Amino acid sequence: MFEYCTDPKLIEGFQWWSCYLSNGKHLNFYFSFLVVLSLLALTVPFILLFGFTGALARRASFTPLRWFGTIYTSMVRGVPDIIFFLFVPIAMDQGIEVIRHKIKCSDWSESIRQGNDFVVCTAAKMPLSSSPQWVHETYGFMLATIAFAIVFGAFAANTIHGALGAVPKGQLETGAAFGMSPRQIFHRIHLPQMWVYALPGLSNLWMILIKASPLLFLLGVEDIVYWARELGGSKTARFAYPHGDWRLGYFLFLLVFYLFLTWASEKFFDRLMHRLSRGQNTAASMA
Amino acid sequence: MTFTKLMASIALVALTTTSVAAADTVRMGTEGAYAPYNFINDKGEVDGYEIELGNELCKRAELECKWVTNDWDSIIPNLVSGNYDTIMAGMSITAERDEVIDFTSEYFPADPSSYVALAGADASATKGTVAAQTATIQAAFIAASDATVVEFATMEDTIAAVRNGEADSVLADHAALKDIVDASGGALAFVGDGVSIGGGVGMGVRESDGELKAKFEAAIAAMKADGSLNAMIAKWFDGRKAGY
Amino acid sequence: MSCFDTLTSYGLRSIGIGERLLPKSDFTLCDQVVLIGSGMIWNVYFAVLALSLGFFFAVSLALGRNSDNALFRIPAHAFIFVIRGSPLFIQFFLIYEAFVLIPKMGWDINLGFIEITVETKWLTKAWLGALITLFLNTAGYTANIFYGALQSIPKGDIEAALAIGMSKRQIFWRISFPTMLRLAWPSYTNEAIFLFHATALVFFSSFPAWRQKGDSLYYASYFADKTFNPFVPYPIIAVYFISFTLLIILLFGYVNRRLNRHVASNT
Repeated sequence: MFEYCTDPKLIEGFQWWSCYLSNGKHLNFYFSFLVVLSLLALTVPFILLFGFTGALARRASFTPLRWFGTIYTSMVRGVPDIIFFLFVPIAMDQGIEVIRHKIKCSDWSESIRQGNDFVVCTAAKMPLSSSPQWVHETYGFMLATIAFAIVFGAFAANTIHGALGAVPKGQLETGAAFGMSPRQIFHRIHLPQMWVYALPGLSNLWMILIKASPLLFLLGVEDIVYWARELGGSKTARFAYPHGDWRLGYFLFLLVFYLFLTWASEKFFDRLMHRLSRGQNTAASMA
Repeated sequence: MTFTKLMASIALVALTTTSVAAADTVRMGTEGAYAPYNFINDKGEVDGYEIELGNELCKRAELECKWVTNDWDSIIPNLVSGNYDTIMAGMSITAERDEVIDFTSEYFPADPSSYVALAGADASATKGTVAAQTATIQAAFIAASDATVVEFATMEDTIAAVRNGEADSVLADHAALKDIVDASGGALAFVGDGVSIGGGVGMGVRESDGELKAKFEAAIAAMKADGSLNAMIAKWFDGRKAGY
Repeated sequence: MSCFDTLTSYGLRSIGIGERLLPKSDFTLCDQVVLIGSGMIWNVYFAVLALSLGFFFAVSLALGRNSDNALFRIPAHAFIFVIRGSPLFIQFFLIYEAFVLIPKMGWDINLGFIEITVETKWLTKAWLGALITLFLNTAGYTANIFYGALQSIPKGDIEAALAIGMSKRQIFWRISFPTMLRLAWPSYTNEAIFLFHATALVFFSSFPAWRQKGDSLYYASYFADKTFNPFVPYPIIAVYFISFTLLIILLFGYVNRRLNRHVASNT
C-alpha cells in the first residue's frame, strides 16, 4: 500500500505495522466486516417475510396450511442453527440445480446421481462454472442469506404469531363496529398495532442474529472470524510478515466489534420502542 | 406483498439465466490453510506448491482454471456435488477416499508423518498424549495406537497445545511441521521416528469426470518426464529430491 | 454386527465405556444413530448442569443488577453486557485461551469420608472448561431476563406486603421471587432451548476431544467425514435435538402451569 512496504523484512516499528495492517489480506479482513454487516441487513426483510408467512400460516383457517406453519416453526426452532447450516444449504443448492437441469437439459439421458456423484448438465450449474468469481461468491452469499432467513424466520414467526394474538380484542371489535371489512381491520388496526407487541421479541432476535454471524464461516462465506483466524494464526518465514500466534489479539478485536454492534442496536431499539409506544396504553409509554 | 414478488423474480432469474458456457473453465478446490502446499499469502491470494503446480498443469492441458477455497471438512462433499471440479489440497490418496472420488497419480511422494515436541523431550513424548487435527489420517492413526489422542479443530491449536503442555507431542505431515519447527527458534523439535500413514498426494476428481482426469493425468506425466515437477518440489520444499 | 451389539459396544462410547476403536468401514444406519446418540449424553450433561448451576448465579446477578448499591450493580451490569453482547463462539475461544495460561496445579481436598484431588488442568478439558463457559453464558442471559421480570413486578404487590408488616426478607421470598419466576418463565424457557442448542457449538470450540470421546456433533462429523455424505448424520442429530427440545418444552410447560396455577385470568 505504501511505498516503503516493498520489502517488509527491512522495516520495523510504525512502518512495519502500517504495512502489515494494510496488506491485501488485511484489506480482505476489513472488507469482510462489510460482508457481515450487509448480510445482517439483507436477511432482515427475508426474516420478516418468512416470519409473516409462518405466522399467517399458523392462523390460517385452512388446516393443511396451519399444519405447515406449525411444523415449520417448531421444526426449525428444534434444531440448532449450526446443525441446520451443515446440510440444508448444500441441499438447497442441489435442489436448485435439479430444477434447472429439468428445465434446460430435458434431453439429458443419464441420471443425476451417478454413484456418489451429483451430476447436472453444464448449463444447469448454479452458477455456471464459467461465471466470474464474484458471481460464485454472490451466489454463496445469497444461499447464506436464505439459510439464515429460514432459521430466524421461524423464530420471527413465533414472535409475530404471539404479537398478533396480543392486540387487545376491543380494538378489533371497535373496527368492526365502525363497519370495517375484516381486510380493513387487519391492515388498518391489527397489523399496525401488532408491531409494538412484536418489537421486544424482534429486537431480541436481531441480537441473536448478530451473535450467530460467526457461523457464516460454516456456510463457506469468508467472514470476519475466518479472516481473524487466518490472520492471527502463526506465520512462518514463508510469509512477508512472520509472527507468532496472534489469534488472541484478533479475537479480542472481534469481541470489541460485537460489543459495540449490540450496544448500538440496543440504543436504536430503545428509541424505536419509545416512538412506537406513543399513544399506546402500555407501561413503556408512561416511562 | 412486494417481497414475494422480489423473491419470485430472483428465483425466476436464477432458474432461467442462460449464458454462453465456456466448457473449459475448471474450478480447482483447495483449502488455503496448509503451507507450503496451499495457503493464503499476504496479498490475500491463494499461493503455494499446489497453486503453482495446478496453474502449470492447466496451462499444459489448455484449460482455463480458477481457484476456489473450501473448508477441509466438507471439501469432498462439495466436489461430488459439483461446486468445483478438482481438489488439490495436500490430500493423501487413501482407499477410503478412493471409493468416493478418483485420484490422478500422485504429484507429491508419500510423506512420512512426524512427531514434534518441545525441544529436549525424548521419544517417550510420542507415546503419551499426542495432538492431531480432527478428521485427519494422523488422528485415526493415534487413536488405533497406544497413545492418547487429543483432537483439535485446527493445526494451529495442535501446535499451541504442545507449546503450553496440553499435549506431549503433535503428529502431522512432515512438510507442514518443518516450517513450524524452523520458525520456532529452537523451541520445538522433531522427536522419535516418523511413521508412514498415507499414500502420495494426488489430485481428486469426480468419478464421473474421466475426461478431465485423463487431461490432468497426461499433464502430470509430462511434468514428471521433463523434470519440471522435481524442480517445483525442490523449490517449495527446501530442495527436497522427489526423484520422479 | 447386529444393531443390539452396536448398542452395547458403542452406546456409552462417548464417556469411554465400550469398544476403544470407532467403526472404520461399512457404516450402518444403526452405527450412526447409536454413536451420535452416545454423544448426546454430553450435550445433555452440558445443558442440565449449565442451566441448573446458571440459574442460581443468574438470580444473584439479577439482584445485583437491581441493587441500589453501585458496588453490586456495576459489576453485574458489566458482566451481563459482555455476555449478551458477544457471540458464544468468541467466548469459547477467549475462555479456552485464558484457561491454558493458568499454571497446572493440584490440591488434595479432604472431604472427611473421601479425599479428592482438584487439578487446574481440568479447566482445559471440555467437561469442565466448556461447562464453565456455557454456565457463564446462560447466567448472563438469564440474569437479564430475571432483571426484566423484577422490574415488572407490580408495585402494589410489594406495598401491600409492606402494609401487612412483612420483613424485607419475607417480601423477597414470598412476593418478589415467585412473581419474578412467573413473569420470566416463558422467556426462560426460550433461553433453556437456546442453551441446549448452544451445546452443539462445543464441537467448534477450541476445547479438544480426548480419546475420541466427544459430543454428538463430533460423531456426526466423524461419519460425515468417513462416508462423505452429510445427508445422513446431520439429519440424525437434528432429530435428536428436536426430540430433546420437545422434552424441554414439556418440562418447562409443566413448571409454568404450576407457577401460574393461582392466577385466575389464566385462560
